[in-house]
Amino acid sequence: MSAGTISPQSEAPLHSALLEVCGIAKSFARVEVLKNISLQIAPGEFLTLLGESGCGKTTLLRLIAGFEQPTCGEIWMSNERLDMLPPYKRRVNTVFQNYALFPHLNVRENVAYGLRVKSTPKTEIGARVEEALRMVKMISFADARPATLSGGQQQRIALARALINRPRLLLLDEPLSALDANLRKQMQSELKALQREIGIAFLFVTHDQDEAMALSDRIALLRNGALEQIDSPRKIYSRPATAYTAEFIGQTNLLRGEIKNGVVRCGALEWKTSEAHGAALFSLRPEAIRIATAVLQLPDAVCFRGVIRVQIYSGASELLEIAYGENQILRARIPATGPLTGEHEFVFSAADAVPVTDSRAASGSRAV
Amino acid sequence: MYSRAYKALISAPPLLWVGLFLLFPYALMFAHSFFLVRDGSLVHHWNLQNYRALFTNPLYLQVFLRTTRIAASVTLASLLLGYPLAYYLSFHAGPRKQILYQLVIVPLWVSYLVRGYAWKTILGSDGVLNGFLQYLHLTDEPVSFFLYSPFAVVLMLTHIYTPFVFLPVYAALEHIPRPLVEASQDLGANRRVTFLRVILPLSIPGLLAGATFAFVLSLGDFLAPLLVGGPSATMIANIVQSLFGAAYDWPLGAAISVCILLITVSLLFTTERLEKRWSFK
Repeated sequence: MSAGTISPQSEAPLHSALLEVCGIAKSFARVEVLKNISLQIAPGEFLTLLGESGCGKTTLLRLIAGFEQPTCGEIWMSNERLDMLPPYKRRVNTVFQNYALFPHLNVRENVAYGLRVKSTPKTEIGARVEEALRMVKMISFADARPATLSGGQQQRIALARALINRPRLLLLDEPLSALDANLRKQMQSELKALQREIGIAFLFVTHDQDEAMALSDRIALLRNGALEQIDSPRKIYSRPATAYTAEFIGQTNLLRGEIKNGVVRCGALEWKTSEAHGAALFSLRPEAIRIATAVLQLPDAVCFRGVIRVQIYSGASELLEIAYGENQILRARIPATGPLTGEHEFVFSAADAVPVTDSRAASGSRAV
Repeated sequence: MYSRAYKALISAPPLLWVGLFLLFPYALMFAHSFFLVRDGSLVHHWNLQNYRALFTNPLYLQVFLRTTRIAASVTLASLLLGYPLAYYLSFHAGPRKQILYQLVIVPLWVSYLVRGYAWKTILGSDGVLNGFLQYLHLTDEPVSFFLYSPFAVVLMLTHIYTPFVFLPVYAALEHIPRPLVEASQDLGANRRVTFLRVILPLSIPGLLAGATFAFVLSLGDFLAPLLVGGPSATMIANIVQSLFGAAYDWPLGAAISVCILLITVSLLFTTERLEKRWSFK
């Protein structure tokens, strides 16, 4: 892994973490679901746990909520040990995957639940429920039963119900996965706006990388119960640490090469590098590759000639499959230009070829 | 689609069955309740004398009240036993759930009569319970009120009908989505509050169904008073039985039966409506 090539746009260190997960592991009947997870959440941060199904992201959420006990490790919330407390004593609240609204209570009673069980004065309950329902634009549904509401409406009620206790951290377990595509996009932006407005830290679980990119301040990518990488969306996309990260988030070309005397050789491609000797793997995003023109000036340009095998048009851009060298294929995404055939001169910047760890060799974690 | 002839053919046997063995006997019973017995023979003369007797003779009212009291006690006791058992099995039994469930069900395979006689053996003056108490020197001589008392009837019926309460309550508890319980705890409710505010309200349909089973079945029971009840625990069904048997007063027996039927049906109707009101999708 190369710390030297990391771009300058790194984020500020977390001075005062709101939540700190220290060396958490969890096993169910000898199956290790989480392995030595450590991460921190800053106040007001939107952190997403991203990963394939079964990677342990929901388990980590349930450990923080208190529905499961860690096999080892600790969870701290600003100088208070959290993992010893029962769920009802933690200042975190959860938005459940299928909302889990109480079917025997109407919307108002559902939202008031958290205040009522803490014997809050009646007048205060009324005002705060009203405020919460206004916040999610559901005030006119106060007397409806959950069963009569649509998925998106139930989603809003679940949000209002979870936020009424004024938690310091809100946990969201794939809250948008039950909604159809259009509603999902709309709820995404509403969720993000709401989070900015109220300033509560969100820990959001999803398997959808687009959703993670669109919403998060930082993304924690989990793989087989271990933390693969945790970084801002821009950084995790432009500087993936491992081949797995590069392939999971967006599309990429993985180039296997050999470094000798400060020069990388990947088949027909060659460029200068400061990396150490030996075998290396590089991730090159499709959009980094361009058709070379006289006006296009790239720093450390790497040029090669290739034949366009496949061209897939998708509106604003097109995906090309380029054959070069000895039967090697690179995928390039270029602005839509019209039909292309035959051999062309292509170019990319050496800085865009990011050295990554081979995921098959090690699922190394690089916790920040 | 099925033809009309096919539908008629397929629905005829059950309709015939219900008509012949349910509706027809009910009609006969209803008619008989307006007849009379004079000089040991049935007189087909329409009158309301049987009903008048029912409401004026204090004996019938007394037995009916006792029957209701016993049925209510059985219902309460079965609920107090069956509900916690169902709750434990559904929420806390873990891997032992299946085996415990079977253990609750197994007694239902044993004949009602056998269980009745078992209680007779346990409660009698030279029975197991008295023997044990004397062995411990807690009592010097056999305690006689264990057997042949309303207490014995309540005990035996509770033993028999607790699984009938357990089953619907257990089914209702199993149907409560577990995320609701987690949501309640997440929002700050401890176990007790979660039970009172989420689990109990959502199990009310099962609770009502179980209570109805226990109450209605106890109300019409005549074997328990016969086996372990004695004269002080005579129930309304025993009266009906003797009126149809030894006393040979079918019309009066039919009148009592009609009353019990009306009470039972209106009870079932009420709990059905209550169950609907408390069930949520």
